[in-house]
Amino acid sequence: MIKKNIVEIRNLSFGYGNRLLHKDINMVFPRGKVTAIMGGSGCGKTTILRLIGGQIKPKAGQVNVDGKIVHKQDRQSIYELRRKMGMLFQHGALFTDLSVFDNVAFPMREHTKLPESMIRDLVLMKLNAVGLRGAHKLMSTELSGGMARRVALARAIALDPNIIMYDEPFAGLDPISMAVICDLIRTLNDALEATSIIVTHDVKEAFSFADYIYFVADGIVAVEGTPKDLSKSKLPFVHQFVHGEKDGPVPFHYNAPSYKKDIYELV
Amino acid sequence: MDSFFKILSNIGAQITSRIWRLGSASRLFLLTLIYSGESFKRIHLTIREIYFTGVMSLIIIVVSAFFVGMVLGLQGYYTLQKYGSSESIGVLVALALLRELGPVVTALLFAGRAGTAITAEIGLMKATEQLSAMEMMAVSPIARIIGPRFWAGVISMPILASIFSLVGVMGGYLVAVPIIGVDHGAFWSQMNSNIDFRFDIINGLIKSFVFGIACTIIALYEGYDAPPTAEGVSRATTRTVVTSSLTVLGLDFILTSFMIAH
Repeated sequence: MIKKNIVEIRNLSFGYGNRLLHKDINMVFPRGKVTAIMGGSGCGKTTILRLIGGQIKPKAGQVNVDGKIVHKQDRQSIYELRRKMGMLFQHGALFTDLSVFDNVAFPMREHTKLPESMIRDLVLMKLNAVGLRGAHKLMSTELSGGMARRVALARAIALDPNIIMYDEPFAGLDPISMAVICDLIRTLNDALEATSIIVTHDVKEAFSFADYIYFVADGIVAVEGTPKDLSKSKLPFVHQFVHGEKDGPVPFHYNAPSYKKDIYELV
Repeated sequence: MDSFFKILSNIGAQITSRIWRLGSASRLFLLTLIYSGESFKRIHLTIREIYFTGVMSLIIIVVSAFFVGMVLGLQGYYTLQKYGSSESIGVLVALALLRELGPVVTALLFAGRAGTAITAEIGLMKATEQLSAMEMMAVSPIARIIGPRFWAGVISMPILASIFSLVGVMGGYLVAVPIIGVDHGAFWSQMNSNIDFRFDIINGLIKSFVFGIACTIIALYEGYDAPPTAEGVSRATTRTVVTSSLTVLGLDFILTSFMIAH
């Protein structure tokens, strides 16, 4: 029987050394839905994607992808799982020594035995989906930030993945590129019947396309719900985040002794 | 007393970290060998890397070899003529190049020219998440990125060292015969009769093969292990040159003692 949730995170704890980044986190990602993971910078959102991809192992708990516990798989099975995943990295992570065409063709050439003529058609179709068919001959170093992100997206969907993960897809983009990516996330998710997991801190965009949102703060899921629920939330943290207030439960100042004491001691 | 313990613990930490790094570099070396099959499936990548590391290093190798050969010719003649054996200049130049200078200087130049390029490239690939992206696409960076560069280095080094020795002998010839006036026939015949194929040429090739493994794996490891920042990559590049040079010189002593003892 196909499980309703393609990815499930159960009682997950992760950290470096003695410092725990995540404490007992639970999340589910239902098939066909767009789920966003939000939170301030450095709260370990990207780490969750790496845990799902099996690039790092949890300290406790588990991540289930398609019914399999990720950290218990051997290299071969993890690679098989990853073939069902597509990931868009924060700055695209395109291979700089390859052209746009070769970047998108990369996963196809590595994992399939398709003839070059078919790869050509598929690559052009993927590039067409992100609006960059005309740029296939360019080198990846010749692209603007927004274009690079779109090519990386075409590469991420090259093998029609079941899960598409996005790591800060809007960081550093102009409003037009942002709107384009925003629209593509929803369109591609529905067209490929995939499941999308988006890590972001852009409130407006995430609220516009996500079906469900998890807010991560201080290593735990602080609050979760649909965008509609969250925009009405009275929780101080959510209010501060959604409205971008500089002070609140998340303080403006980094933890420090009193200002008076610091100044006095310096003199 | 406190500062004494601090110094002691610093020394301890330095030693542990070196041993740790040696261990992980060896691990990378082993993994590279294990994944070599996958690397060789993409033979065009290795050929491309041979072009970048080998062919592109040719100019620096040829020019340096020529000058080294000429200097050897001059210095050799100056010393040999004191003993009245200036015809042996050919043997001196050839032996020095084949046994020592060819493999060692080539390895040092290789570390500076190709090793740094490899470290910087891999370090930047890591910093821009290209290696991570490859892993997420279920493609092993060790098979796809490290393997071809490793084999390219290992194949290129003996060829470069041979070219170095060859061009060096030509440089020595140019100085000794047309410029100084040593007898043409004596130059070649002495060289011909005093060079042993097994002891001189093969041993030189063995040395450069070992140096090829050492220099390339150091460059690859430093890049692969570099912290993904501008400072991290620049430090890794410097370390590549320093570690490779010292390793080559150390290995040269060990190999030479084995070869001579044998």
